[in-house]
Amino acid sequence: MGSVPGVRLLVGKVGLDGHDRGAKIIARALRDAGFEVVYTGLHQTPEMVVATALQEDVDGIGLSILSGAHLTLFSKILKLLKEKGSDDIVVFGGGIIPDEDTPKLLEAGVRCIFTPGTTTQQVIDWVRRNVVPRRR
Amino acid sequence: MSGQDGKTAVQAGARRAWDETALKKALAQKPDRPASFTTVSDFPIGRLYTAEDLDGWNASDRLGLPGEPPFTRGVHPTMYRGRLWTMRQFAGFGSAEDTNQRFRYLLEHGQTGLSVAFDLPTLMGRDSDDALAEGEVGREGVAIDTLADMEILFRGIPLAEVSTSMTINAPAAILLAMYLAVAEKQGVPFDVLEGTIQNDILKEYIAQKEWIYPPGPSMRLITDMIVFCTGKVPKWNTISISGYHIREAGSTAVQELAFTLADGLAYVQAGVDRGLSVDAFAPRLSFFFNAHIDLFEEIAKLRAARRMWCRFLRERFAAKNPRSWTLRTHVQTAGCSLTAQQPINNVVRVTIQALAAALGGTQSLHTNSLDETLALPSEDSVRIALRTQQIIAEESGVANTVDPLGGSYFVESLTDRMEEAALEYIRKIEAMGGMVSAIERGFPQREIAEAAYRYQRQLDSGEKTLVGVNKHTEGSGPPPPLLRIDHEVERAQLDRLRRVRRERDQGRHARSLAALETAARSDENVVPHVFEAVRAYASVQEISDALKNVFGTYREGAVTL
Repeated sequence: MGSVPGVRLLVGKVGLDGHDRGAKIIARALRDAGFEVVYTGLHQTPEMVVATALQEDVDGIGLSILSGAHLTLFSKILKLLKEKGSDDIVVFGGGIIPDEDTPKLLEAGVRCIFTPGTTTQQVIDWVRRNVVPRRR
Repeated sequence: MSGQDGKTAVQAGARRAWDETALKKALAQKPDRPASFTTVSDFPIGRLYTAEDLDGWNASDRLGLPGEPPFTRGVHPTMYRGRLWTMRQFAGFGSAEDTNQRFRYLLEHGQTGLSVAFDLPTLMGRDSDDALAEGEVGREGVAIDTLADMEILFRGIPLAEVSTSMTINAPAAILLAMYLAVAEKQGVPFDVLEGTIQNDILKEYIAQKEWIYPPGPSMRLITDMIVFCTGKVPKWNTISISGYHIREAGSTAVQELAFTLADGLAYVQAGVDRGLSVDAFAPRLSFFFNAHIDLFEEIAKLRAARRMWCRFLRERFAAKNPRSWTLRTHVQTAGCSLTAQQPINNVVRVTIQALAAALGGTQSLHTNSLDETLALPSEDSVRIALRTQQIIAEESGVANTVDPLGGSYFVESLTDRMEEAALEYIRKIEAMGGMVSAIERGFPQREIAEAAYRYQRQLDSGEKTLVGVNKHTEGSGPPPPLLRIDHEVERAQLDRLRRVRRERDQGRHARSLAALETAARSDENVVPHVFEAVRAYASVQEISDALKNVFGTYREGAVTL
C-alpha cells in the first residue's frame, strides 16, 4: 500500500461516549493505508477537537459518535472550524446515526456519514478521493 | 490396564479406523467447504469430538453435580426446574417520568426485575447542565441529577418487592445512596433490599471508558462500598463483575473470560486487604457476561467461568462458604453482533444468543432489541425481545433439565480448552502484578484492540460472515420505527435541577459536601457521607467533584498512531 503524501487526519471521539472500538479500528486502518493519523482519545469537547485539529494541522477530521448526540456535536465542530477560518478541513463521521439524520448532517457540512457495516477499505477509498492536503 | 483405560483404547482404535476408511472416503468424494472452522473469536474447532478428546478427564473433578463444586453444571441443584432465570430488560431513557412509565409497562408484561440504564452524563458523574452533557441528556438512559429525580424514577414501585439492577460504575456510590434514600422514604428497611449495582471500575479502564478517578482511588471507593453494604445492605450485590463491555469492545470470548475473572480476583484481594473475611463479602459478588453468536463457545465460556471462580475462591482465598465459590451471573445478548442492515434478522441472532445463555446456566438475562443498532429500542421491539426469552423458557423445552449439554465430548472439551487459554492470560496479568498494573500498562486494552481489528479485517475480507452486511445483502425492507428522544427532556431536566438547587437546605448541603471531602482525605469510609450528601439533595456532579478534589481525575490523551 503506497503512502499518501502529506494527508494528515484526526480521528476523534467527542462527548461523553466511550465506545471507541470503531474509532480505533478506523484510525488504525487509515494509518495502515499510509495516512498520518492522530487519535484524540476519549471525552473530547468540540473545542478540544478543533484545537487539536488546528495544532496538528490536519486535512480531515473523522468523528465517531454512538451516543445519539451527533446532531449537536457535529454542528458545533463545523461552527467552530468556520469561526477559525478552517472550514476547508474535511469533516466526516460514523456511528449510530439514523438514516433520517444523515441529510441534516450533510446539509450542515459533514461530507460523508459512514453507516454500520462499512468496510475499512470503503472508508480508506473515500478518504483518498476526498481529502487532499490543504493549502498551508 | 484398568477397565476404563481398556475402553478408551478400544474407542481410540475405532476412531483411527474411521479416520482411515469412512472419513478418508468421504473427503475424497466431498472435501470440506472452504470455510475456516473457527469460532467467531477465532478459536479453532475440530471436525469431531470423541472420548479421546476427554482423555484423562474426570467427571467428578471437572463437572460435579449441579449446585456443587466446581459448579460447571450450574449454581443450583434444580436450576430452571426450580425457578426460571430472571428476565431483566435494561431500560432507561428520557426523564425519570418516562423511565418510570417503561418500568411499570415491563412489570405489567411479566418482567421480574428492574434494570436501570442511566444517561451518559450521569454515568460520567456530570449534571445535566454541564458543558459536556449538551445533547446527551436522557438520550442513552435516564437523566438523574439529584434525589428528586430518583424519587420520581421509583414512584409507585415498592422497593421491598422488586429487585433492581443499576448499571453505574464511577458514580456508583452516589446512585446506590440515592436508592437507599428512596427506600428510606418508602419506609423499607435496607436489609430487605435486593439488587445489584455494577460498580465494576476495572472494566471501565479496560473497555467501556466511563471513568472519573484514577484506578487507585476508584478501588478504594469500591472497597468502601463493599464494607458498607456488607454491614448495612446485606442482600445487595455490591459488584457485577462485567465481561459484557470487554466483549463489546471487541475482545474474544477467551479474553472476556480471562479479563473478567482477573478483575474479580482484584476485587476479592482488595476486600481481603481491607481486613474483611472473604466469606463476608464474596457471596455478594456477581457477574455479567456477554452472549455472542457462537452458540457453543458461549456455553463453554459460562461453564468454564463457574468452574474457574470456584477453584480460585476455594484454593487461593480459602473461602469456606459455598456461596463464595459460586459464580452467579447475568447475561446480555451481544449488541455488537447486531446489524443495522435487515434489522429483523437481529431477532434470530438474539434467539441464538439467549439460547446460549440458558444452556450456559445464567441466573438472569437481557435480550437485545432488533433496533438497537439504530436507536434506543422502541416499546414494540422490547416486547419482542422479552417474548424471545419467554418462548425459550416456556416453549422450547431447554429449561426441562439441568445442564443439557453436560458430558458432550465437544462442549466439555471446549470448556476445558477455554479454561486453559484464560488461565494463561490470568498468569500473564499476575506476572505484571495484577489487573490494576496490567491496566496501567495498557495490556488488556491492547489485546482487545488487536482482536477487534482482526475481526474487522476478517469481515472485510469475507473470511467471517455477517449476514446482510458482507453476504446475503439483497433485500433490506423498510426501517423499523425508531424511538426519538424529545429535546424537551433536556429543558425540563434543567428546570428541575435548578429548582432543586434553589429549594434545598443550603446549610445542610454545604456541610455534607465538606464532610465528604474530609472523609475522602482520611481513611474513613466515604459511603455514609455520600448518603448524607444525597439526602441533602447534592447533585451527582457536586458529589463527584468533591471526591475529585481529593482523588484527582483519569485522562486518556491524544495518540499519534
